[in-house]
Amino acid sequence: MDFVQIFQTTLAGFSKAAWETVQLTFWSLVLGMGLGLILAFFKISGNRILHWISNIYITVIRGTPLIVQIFTIYFGLTEMVVLDSFTAGVIALGIHAAAYIAEIFRGAIQSIDKGQMEAARSLGMTYGLAMRRIILPQAFRRSIPPLGNQFIIGLKDSSLVAYIGGTELWSAALSAAADNFQQFETYFVNGLYYLVLVLIFTYLVARLEARLDVEQRSAKT
Amino acid sequence: MIRAEKLNKSFGSLHVLKDIDLEVQKGDVVVIIGASGSGKSTLLRCLNFLEMADSGEIYLEGKRIDPDKTDLNQVRQQVGMVFQHFHLFPHRSVLENIIEAPLYVKKTDREKAEAMGMSLLEKVGLADKAHVYPHALSGGQKQRVAIARSLAMQPKVMLFDEPTSALDPELVGEVLAVMKELAQEGMTMVVVTHEMGFAQEVADVVVFMDEGRIIEAGKPGQIFHSPKEERTKAFLSKVL
Repeated sequence: MDFVQIFQTTLAGFSKAAWETVQLTFWSLVLGMGLGLILAFFKISGNRILHWISNIYITVIRGTPLIVQIFTIYFGLTEMVVLDSFTAGVIALGIHAAAYIAEIFRGAIQSIDKGQMEAARSLGMTYGLAMRRIILPQAFRRSIPPLGNQFIIGLKDSSLVAYIGGTELWSAALSAAADNFQQFETYFVNGLYYLVLVLIFTYLVARLEARLDVEQRSAKT
Repeated sequence: MIRAEKLNKSFGSLHVLKDIDLEVQKGDVVVIIGASGSGKSTLLRCLNFLEMADSGEIYLEGKRIDPDKTDLNQVRQQVGMVFQHFHLFPHRSVLENIIEAPLYVKKTDREKAEAMGMSLLEKVGLADKAHVYPHALSGGQKQRVAIARSLAMQPKVMLFDEPTSALDPELVGEVLAVMKELAQEGMTMVVVTHEMGFAQEVADVVVFMDEGRIIEAGKPGQIFHSPKEERTKAFLSKVL
Protein backbone atom coordinates (compact mmCIF):
# COMPACT_ATOMS: atom_id res chain seq x y z
CA MET A 1 0.00 0.00 0.00
CA ASP A 2 1.43 3.30 -0.95
CA PHE A 3 -0.48 6.17 0.60
CA VAL A 4 2.25 8.68 -0.11
CA GLN A 5 2.24 7.91 -3.79
CA ILE A 6 -1.57 8.03 -3.97
CA PHE A 7 -1.56 11.27 -2.01
CA GLN A 8 0.88 12.80 -4.48
CA THR A 9 -0.85 11.65 -7.64
CA THR A 10 -4.28 12.80 -6.42
CA LEU A 11 -3.16 16.05 -4.79
CA ALA A 12 -3.96 18.38 -7.68
CA GLY A 13 -7.26 16.73 -8.54
CA PHE A 14 -8.48 16.36 -4.97
CA SER A 15 -7.54 19.92 -4.02
CA LYS A 16 -9.46 21.33 -6.95
CA ALA A 17 -12.40 19.05 -6.17
CA ALA A 18 -12.26 19.99 -2.49
CA TRP A 19 -12.68 23.64 -3.48
CA GLU A 20 -15.68 22.61 -5.55
CA THR A 21 -17.12 20.84 -2.49
CA VAL A 22 -16.60 23.97 -0.39
CA GLN A 23 -18.44 26.10 -2.93
CA LEU A 24 -21.23 23.58 -3.30
CA THR A 25 -21.65 23.44 0.47
CA PHE A 26 -21.43 27.19 0.92
CA TRP A 27 -24.12 28.07 -1.60
CA SER A 28 -26.41 25.26 -0.52
CA LEU A 29 -26.17 26.50 3.07
CA VAL A 30 -26.89 30.08 2.03
CA LEU A 31 -30.00 28.80 0.28
CA GLY A 32 -30.82 26.46 3.16
CA MET A 33 -30.57 29.23 5.76
CA GLY A 34 -32.66 31.67 3.75
CA LEU A 35 -35.34 29.10 3.05
CA GLY A 36 -35.08 27.74 6.59
CA LEU A 37 -35.66 31.19 8.10
CA ILE A 38 -38.75 31.72 5.94
CA LEU A 39 -40.11 28.31 6.92
CA ALA A 40 -39.40 29.03 10.58
CA PHE A 41 -41.41 32.26 10.32
CA PHE A 42 -44.22 30.39 8.57
CA LYS A 43 -44.31 28.02 11.47
CA ILE A 44 -44.49 30.64 14.21
CA SER A 45 -46.66 33.05 12.21
CA GLY A 46 -49.95 31.93 13.72
CA ASN A 47 -51.34 31.75 10.19
CA ARG A 48 -52.75 28.27 9.77
CA ILE A 49 -52.05 27.97 6.05
CA LEU A 50 -48.44 29.11 6.33
CA HIS A 51 -48.00 26.83 9.31
CA TRP A 52 -49.24 23.90 7.25
CA ILE A 53 -47.07 24.72 4.25
CA SER A 54 -44.07 24.69 6.54
CA ASN A 55 -45.15 21.44 8.21
CA ILE A 56 -45.71 19.64 4.94
CA TYR A 57 -42.40 20.84 3.56
CA ILE A 58 -40.49 19.68 6.60
CA THR A 59 -42.31 16.34 6.72
CA VAL A 60 -41.72 15.53 3.05
CA ILE A 61 -38.10 16.66 2.92
CA ARG A 62 -37.09 15.02 6.17
CA GLY A 63 -39.00 11.89 5.25
CA THR A 64 -37.32 11.15 1.93
CA PRO A 65 -33.69 10.31 1.07
CA LEU A 66 -31.44 13.11 -0.11
CA ILE A 67 -30.32 11.07 -3.12
CA VAL A 68 -33.96 10.84 -4.23
CA GLN A 69 -34.25 14.61 -3.96
CA ILE A 70 -31.04 15.19 -5.90
CA PHE A 71 -32.09 12.82 -8.71
CA THR A 72 -35.57 14.32 -8.84
CA ILE A 73 -34.24 17.83 -9.31
CA TYR A 74 -31.46 16.92 -11.74
CA PHE A 75 -33.16 14.26 -13.89
CA GLY A 76 -36.79 14.72 -12.98
CA LEU A 77 -37.14 18.37 -13.93
CA THR A 78 -35.53 18.17 -17.35
CA GLU A 79 -38.92 18.66 -19.00
CA MET A 80 -39.16 22.07 -17.33
CA VAL A 81 -35.57 23.18 -16.81
CA VAL A 82 -32.21 21.72 -17.59
CA LEU A 83 -29.82 22.39 -14.74
CA ASP A 84 -26.11 21.79 -14.65
CA SER A 85 -25.03 19.42 -11.91
CA PHE A 86 -23.58 22.17 -9.71
CA THR A 87 -26.78 24.22 -9.75
CA ALA A 88 -28.96 21.16 -9.27
CA GLY A 89 -26.70 20.11 -6.41
CA VAL A 90 -26.92 23.51 -4.69
CA ILE A 91 -30.71 23.55 -5.01
CA ALA A 92 -31.21 19.98 -3.80
CA LEU A 93 -28.81 20.32 -0.88
CA GLY A 94 -30.27 23.71 0.00
CA ILE A 95 -33.85 22.48 -0.06
CA HIS A 96 -32.81 19.49 2.02
CA ALA A 97 -30.89 21.46 4.65
CA ALA A 98 -33.70 24.05 4.89
CA ALA A 99 -36.04 21.52 6.49
CA TYR A 100 -33.61 20.93 9.33
CA ILE A 101 -32.48 24.54 9.60
CA ALA A 102 -36.12 25.68 9.84
CA GLU A 103 -36.55 23.64 12.99
CA ILE A 104 -33.27 24.92 14.40
CA PHE A 105 -34.32 28.54 13.84
CA ARG A 106 -37.85 27.99 15.11
CA GLY A 107 -36.54 26.44 18.31
CA ALA A 108 -34.03 29.23 18.80
CA ILE A 109 -36.58 32.01 18.22
CA GLN A 110 -39.07 30.42 20.58
CA SER A 111 -36.42 29.91 23.23
CA ILE A 112 -35.94 33.68 23.59
CA ASP A 113 -37.74 34.97 26.69
CA LYS A 114 -41.14 36.44 25.81
CA GLY A 115 -40.22 39.46 27.90
CA GLN A 116 -37.76 40.51 25.21
CA MET A 117 -40.52 40.96 22.66
CA GLU A 118 -42.73 42.70 25.22
CA ALA A 119 -40.00 45.09 26.26
CA ALA A 120 -39.30 45.94 22.62
CA ARG A 121 -42.99 46.43 21.84
CA SER A 122 -43.45 48.56 24.96
CA LEU A 123 -40.86 50.95 23.52
CA GLY A 124 -43.00 51.40 20.43
CA MET A 125 -41.16 48.99 18.12
CA THR A 126 -43.19 47.20 15.48
CA TYR A 127 -43.24 43.41 15.53
CA GLY A 128 -40.91 43.32 12.53
CA LEU A 129 -38.41 45.74 13.99
CA ALA A 130 -38.40 43.94 17.35
CA MET A 131 -37.85 40.63 15.54
CA ARG A 132 -35.00 42.00 13.48
CA ARG A 133 -33.17 44.05 16.10
CA ILE A 134 -33.94 42.20 19.32
CA ILE A 135 -35.10 38.61 18.83
CA LEU A 136 -33.22 37.35 15.76
CA PRO A 137 -29.72 38.41 16.85
CA GLN A 138 -30.20 36.53 20.11
CA ALA A 139 -31.83 33.57 18.40
CA PHE A 140 -29.07 33.37 15.80
CA ARG A 141 -26.42 33.28 18.50
CA ARG A 142 -28.30 30.49 20.21
CA SER A 143 -28.71 28.50 17.00
CA ILE A 144 -25.01 28.40 16.13
CA PRO A 145 -24.14 25.07 17.82
CA PRO A 146 -26.93 23.05 16.10
CA LEU A 147 -26.40 25.06 12.91
CA GLY A 148 -22.71 24.15 12.92
CA ASN A 149 -23.71 20.53 13.25
CA GLN A 150 -26.07 20.89 10.30
CA PHE A 151 -23.30 22.52 8.24
CA ILE A 152 -21.02 19.55 8.83
CA ILE A 153 -23.77 17.19 7.70
CA GLY A 154 -24.31 19.38 4.63
CA LEU A 155 -20.62 19.30 3.76
CA LYS A 156 -20.56 15.52 3.79
CA ASP A 157 -23.95 15.23 2.09
CA SER A 158 -22.54 17.18 -0.86
CA SER A 159 -20.66 13.99 -1.83
CA LEU A 160 -23.91 12.63 -3.26
CA VAL A 161 -23.73 15.23 -6.03
CA ALA A 162 -21.06 12.97 -7.55
CA TYR A 163 -23.90 10.75 -8.80
CA ILE A 164 -25.35 13.45 -11.03
CA GLY A 165 -22.02 14.20 -12.64
CA GLY A 166 -20.69 16.68 -10.12
CA THR A 167 -17.01 17.44 -10.00
CA GLU A 168 -16.69 17.65 -6.25
CA LEU A 169 -14.45 15.74 -3.88
CA TRP A 170 -16.09 12.32 -3.88
CA SER A 171 -16.45 12.24 -7.65
CA ALA A 172 -12.71 12.88 -7.85
CA ALA A 173 -12.15 9.82 -5.64
CA LEU A 174 -14.36 7.65 -7.84
CA SER A 175 -12.54 8.60 -11.02
CA ALA A 176 -9.07 8.36 -9.42
CA ALA A 177 -9.83 4.89 -8.09
CA ALA A 178 -11.10 3.82 -11.50
CA ASP A 179 -7.75 4.85 -12.95
CA ASN A 180 -5.31 3.52 -10.37
CA PHE A 181 -7.25 0.47 -9.04
CA GLN A 182 -6.04 1.25 -5.53
CA GLN A 183 -9.45 1.65 -4.00
CA PHE A 184 -8.55 1.52 -0.32
CA GLU A 185 -5.73 4.06 -0.44
CA THR A 186 -7.63 6.41 -2.72
CA TYR A 187 -10.82 6.42 -0.63
CA PHE A 188 -8.82 6.71 2.56
CA VAL A 189 -6.92 9.75 1.31
CA ASN A 190 -10.18 11.23 0.00
CA GLY A 191 -11.77 10.77 3.40
CA LEU A 192 -8.91 12.72 4.97
CA TYR A 193 -9.81 15.71 2.81
CA TYR A 194 -13.35 15.66 4.18
CA LEU A 195 -12.00 15.32 7.70
CA VAL A 196 -9.73 18.34 7.26
CA LEU A 197 -12.58 20.41 5.80
CA VAL A 198 -14.81 19.49 8.74
CA LEU A 199 -12.06 20.40 11.21
CA ILE A 200 -11.52 23.80 9.58
CA PHE A 201 -15.23 24.37 9.62
CA THR A 202 -15.63 23.36 13.26
CA TYR A 203 -12.89 25.80 14.18
CA LEU A 204 -14.56 28.65 12.29
CA VAL A 205 -17.92 27.98 13.95
CA ALA A 206 -16.31 27.94 17.39
CA ARG A 207 -14.62 31.27 16.60
CA LEU A 208 -17.91 32.80 15.49
CA GLU A 209 -19.67 31.54 18.58
CA ALA A 210 -17.04 33.05 20.86
CA ARG A 211 -17.19 36.35 18.99
CA LEU A 212 -20.93 36.64 19.44
CA ASP A 213 -20.79 35.79 23.12
CA VAL A 214 -21.24 39.10 24.89
CA GLU A 215 -20.36 37.56 28.23
CA GLN A 216 -16.82 37.02 27.00
CA ARG A 217 -16.60 40.48 25.54
CA SER A 218 -14.78 42.83 27.83
CA ALA A 219 -16.11 46.29 28.47
CA LYS A 220 -15.02 48.90 26.01
CA THR A 221 -13.76 52.07 27.57
CA MET B 1 -53.71 61.87 31.33
CA ILE B 2 -54.73 58.23 31.03
CA ARG B 3 -58.13 56.82 31.82
CA ALA B 4 -59.70 53.38 31.73
CA GLU B 5 -63.44 52.87 31.57
CA LYS B 6 -65.23 49.63 32.36
CA LEU B 7 -62.29 47.42 31.44
CA ASN B 8 -62.95 43.70 31.41
CA LYS B 9 -60.47 40.96 30.71
CA SER B 10 -60.69 37.20 30.97
CA PHE B 11 -58.14 34.49 30.46
CA GLY B 12 -60.27 31.52 29.51
CA SER B 13 -62.82 31.11 32.27
CA LEU B 14 -60.82 33.30 34.63
CA HIS B 15 -62.32 36.78 34.87
CA VAL B 16 -59.26 38.85 35.78
CA LEU B 17 -60.51 42.42 35.40
CA LYS B 18 -64.08 43.33 36.27
CA ASP B 19 -65.42 46.72 35.20
CA ILE B 20 -62.28 48.63 36.04
CA ASP B 21 -62.53 52.43 36.07
CA LEU B 22 -59.30 54.26 36.65
CA GLU B 23 -58.29 57.83 36.04
CA VAL B 24 -54.74 59.09 36.31
CA GLN B 25 -54.23 62.86 36.40
CA LYS B 26 -51.23 64.48 34.79
CA GLY B 27 -48.30 64.52 37.20
CA ASP B 28 -49.92 62.12 39.63
CA VAL B 29 -48.39 58.98 41.04
CA VAL B 30 -51.00 56.27 41.32
CA VAL B 31 -49.92 53.21 43.28
CA ILE B 32 -51.91 50.02 42.86
CA ILE B 33 -51.75 47.56 45.74
CA GLY B 34 -53.41 44.23 46.34
CA ALA B 35 -52.73 40.53 46.72
CA SER B 36 -51.12 38.44 43.99
CA GLY B 37 -53.68 37.47 41.38
CA SER B 38 -55.90 40.48 42.03
CA GLY B 39 -55.41 41.73 38.47
CA LYS B 40 -52.97 44.60 39.14
CA SER B 41 -50.42 43.58 36.51
CA THR B 42 -53.06 42.73 33.95
CA LEU B 43 -54.58 46.18 34.37
CA LEU B 44 -51.20 47.77 33.77
CA ARG B 45 -50.58 45.60 30.72
CA CYS B 46 -53.96 46.57 29.29
CA LEU B 47 -53.07 50.24 29.63
CA ASN B 48 -50.31 49.96 27.01
CA PHE B 49 -52.05 47.22 25.04
CA LEU B 50 -49.54 44.45 25.72
CA GLU B 51 -52.76 42.72 26.74
CA MET B 52 -55.98 43.47 24.92
CA ALA B 53 -58.97 44.14 27.14
CA ASP B 54 -62.10 42.21 26.13
CA SER B 55 -64.27 45.26 26.61
CA GLY B 56 -64.01 48.78 27.91
CA GLU B 57 -62.21 51.86 26.73
CA ILE B 58 -58.89 53.52 27.28
CA TYR B 59 -58.29 57.22 26.82
CA LEU B 60 -54.91 58.89 26.49
CA GLU B 61 -54.98 62.66 26.98
CA GLY B 62 -58.71 62.63 26.45
CA LYS B 63 -58.56 60.76 23.16
CA ARG B 64 -60.08 57.32 22.98
CA ILE B 65 -57.66 54.67 21.76
CA ASP B 66 -59.43 52.19 19.55
CA PRO B 67 -57.01 49.29 19.11
CA ASP B 68 -58.44 48.51 15.67
CA LYS B 69 -58.02 52.01 14.32
CA THR B 70 -55.02 53.36 16.16
CA ASP B 71 -51.36 52.66 15.55
CA LEU B 72 -50.60 51.06 18.90
CA ASN B 73 -46.88 51.46 18.33
CA GLN B 74 -47.45 55.20 18.45
CA VAL B 75 -49.38 54.84 21.68
CA ARG B 76 -46.72 52.67 23.30
CA GLN B 77 -44.07 55.24 22.50
CA GLN B 78 -45.94 57.59 24.81
CA VAL B 79 -46.56 55.05 27.56
CA GLY B 80 -43.34 53.72 29.06
CA MET B 81 -43.23 50.39 30.86
CA VAL B 82 -40.84 48.95 33.42
CA PHE B 83 -41.05 45.21 34.06
CA GLN B 84 -40.49 43.09 37.12
CA HIS B 85 -37.72 41.15 35.37
CA PHE B 86 -36.16 44.16 33.61
CA HIS B 87 -35.98 42.52 30.17
CA LEU B 88 -32.86 44.38 29.13
CA PHE B 89 -31.54 43.34 25.74
CA PRO B 90 -28.62 41.08 26.66
CA HIS B 91 -26.86 41.41 23.30
CA ARG B 92 -26.60 45.19 23.55
CA SER B 93 -24.51 47.30 25.88
CA VAL B 94 -26.21 49.47 28.48
CA LEU B 95 -26.04 52.59 26.31
CA GLU B 96 -27.20 50.64 23.23
CA ASN B 97 -30.17 49.36 25.22
CA ILE B 98 -31.19 52.92 25.93
CA ILE B 99 -30.71 54.38 22.45
CA GLU B 100 -32.14 51.41 20.52
CA ALA B 101 -35.70 52.70 20.35
CA PRO B 102 -34.80 56.38 19.86
CA LEU B 103 -32.54 55.36 16.96
CA TYR B 104 -34.80 52.89 15.21
CA VAL B 105 -38.29 54.00 16.19
CA LYS B 106 -37.91 57.76 16.44
CA LYS B 107 -35.01 57.92 13.95
CA THR B 108 -33.09 60.28 16.20
CA ASP B 109 -29.57 60.72 14.92
CA ARG B 110 -26.95 58.75 16.76
CA GLU B 111 -25.01 61.62 18.24
CA LYS B 112 -28.10 63.16 19.77
CA ALA B 113 -29.38 59.81 21.00
CA GLU B 114 -26.07 58.97 22.65
CA ALA B 115 -25.91 62.35 24.37
CA MET B 116 -29.43 61.87 25.68
CA GLY B 117 -28.63 58.27 26.67
CA MET B 118 -25.63 59.42 28.67
CA SER B 119 -27.58 62.11 30.47
CA LEU B 120 -30.25 59.55 31.37
CA LEU B 121 -27.56 57.21 32.67
CA GLU B 122 -26.20 60.03 34.79
CA LYS B 123 -29.66 60.61 36.14
CA VAL B 124 -29.96 56.99 37.29
CA GLY B 125 -26.36 57.03 38.51
CA LEU B 126 -24.89 54.58 36.02
CA ALA B 127 -22.89 56.71 33.58
CA ASP B 128 -19.80 54.61 34.27
CA LYS B 129 -21.62 51.47 33.07
CA ALA B 130 -22.54 52.82 29.62
CA HIS B 131 -20.42 50.31 27.70
CA VAL B 132 -20.94 47.31 29.94
CA TYR B 133 -23.27 44.46 28.95
CA PRO B 134 -26.34 43.78 31.12
CA HIS B 135 -25.08 40.44 32.45
CA ALA B 136 -22.42 42.33 34.40
CA LEU B 137 -24.94 44.45 36.31
CA SER B 138 -26.69 43.79 39.61
CA GLY B 139 -30.48 43.54 39.63
CA GLY B 140 -30.86 47.05 40.96
CA GLN B 141 -28.58 48.43 38.27
CA LYS B 142 -30.45 46.51 35.58
CA GLN B 143 -33.73 48.00 36.71
CA ARG B 144 -32.29 51.52 36.73
CA VAL B 145 -31.08 50.97 33.16
CA ALA B 146 -34.53 49.68 32.24
CA ILE B 147 -36.07 52.87 33.65
CA ALA B 148 -33.61 54.98 31.65
CA ARG B 149 -34.39 52.94 28.53
CA SER B 150 -38.05 53.64 28.96
CA LEU B 151 -37.48 57.34 29.65
CA ALA B 152 -35.44 57.64 26.47
CA MET B 153 -38.68 57.59 24.48
CA GLN B 154 -39.86 60.62 26.48
CA PRO B 155 -43.14 58.99 27.48
CA LYS B 156 -46.03 60.93 28.94
CA VAL B 157 -46.86 58.18 31.41
CA MET B 158 -44.66 55.54 33.01
CA LEU B 159 -46.05 52.19 34.08
CA PHE B 160 -44.12 50.16 36.66
CA ASP B 161 -45.03 46.50 37.01
CA GLU B 162 -43.64 45.37 40.38
CA PRO B 163 -40.28 46.98 39.61
CA THR B 164 -38.61 45.84 42.83
CA SER B 165 -40.16 42.40 43.35
CA ALA B 166 -37.31 40.51 41.72
CA LEU B 167 -34.59 42.36 43.60
CA ASP B 168 -32.52 41.41 46.61
CA PRO B 169 -33.77 43.46 49.58
CA GLU B 170 -30.64 45.58 49.77
CA LEU B 171 -31.07 46.67 46.13
CA VAL B 172 -34.68 47.83 46.40
CA GLY B 173 -33.75 51.24 47.80
CA GLU B 174 -31.71 52.41 44.82
CA VAL B 175 -34.57 51.69 42.41
CA LEU B 176 -37.19 53.34 44.61
CA ALA B 177 -34.93 56.39 44.92
CA VAL B 178 -34.84 56.80 41.15
CA MET B 179 -38.62 56.43 41.00
CA LYS B 180 -39.09 58.96 43.77
CA GLU B 181 -36.93 61.43 41.90
CA LEU B 182 -39.01 60.89 38.77
CA ALA B 183 -42.18 61.50 40.74
CA GLN B 184 -40.79 64.74 42.13
CA GLU B 185 -39.99 65.90 38.61
CA GLY B 186 -43.67 65.59 37.83
CA MET B 187 -43.73 62.38 35.80
CA THR B 188 -47.15 60.76 35.61
CA MET B 189 -46.72 57.25 37.02
CA VAL B 190 -48.79 54.15 37.62
CA VAL B 191 -46.98 51.78 39.94
CA VAL B 192 -47.93 48.25 40.89
CA THR B 193 -45.92 47.38 43.97
CA HIS B 194 -45.78 45.61 47.30
CA GLU B 195 -43.63 48.40 48.74
CA MET B 196 -46.10 49.97 51.14
CA GLY B 197 -43.52 52.49 52.35
CA PHE B 198 -43.16 53.83 48.82
CA ALA B 199 -46.95 53.99 48.44
CA GLN B 200 -47.36 55.97 51.66
CA GLU B 201 -44.57 58.36 50.90
CA VAL B 202 -44.82 59.00 47.16
CA ALA B 203 -48.34 58.17 46.00
CA ASP B 204 -50.94 60.83 45.27
CA VAL B 205 -53.57 58.14 44.94
CA VAL B 206 -53.51 54.60 46.30
CA VAL B 207 -55.75 52.05 44.61
CA PHE B 208 -56.58 48.76 46.31
CA MET B 209 -57.56 45.88 44.05
CA ASP B 210 -59.01 42.51 44.98
CA GLU B 211 -60.33 39.73 42.75
CA GLY B 212 -60.28 41.86 39.64
CA ARG B 213 -62.08 44.86 41.10
CA ILE B 214 -60.99 48.21 42.42
CA ILE B 215 -62.24 48.02 45.98
CA GLU B 216 -61.28 51.51 46.98
CA ALA B 217 -59.04 54.39 45.99
CA GLY B 218 -57.95 57.48 47.82
CA LYS B 219 -55.13 59.47 49.36
CA PRO B 220 -52.48 57.28 50.98
CA GLY B 221 -53.32 58.66 54.43
CA GLN B 222 -56.93 57.67 54.05
CA ILE B 223 -56.28 54.20 52.59
CA PHE B 224 -53.59 53.25 55.07
CA HIS B 225 -55.03 54.82 58.21
CA SER B 226 -58.77 54.77 57.76
CA PRO B 227 -59.75 52.33 55.03
CA LYS B 228 -63.48 52.15 54.43
CA GLU B 229 -63.71 48.64 53.11
CA GLU B 230 -63.32 45.47 55.15
CA ARG B 231 -61.27 43.82 52.42
CA THR B 232 -58.80 46.71 52.39
CA LYS B 233 -58.44 46.49 56.16
CA ALA B 234 -57.86 42.73 55.96
CA PHE B 235 -55.20 43.13 53.27
CA LEU B 236 -53.41 45.96 55.03
CA SER B 237 -53.36 44.11 58.35
CA LYS B 238 -51.40 41.38 56.57
CA VAL B 239 -48.84 43.54 54.81
CA LEU B 240 -48.20 46.41 57.23
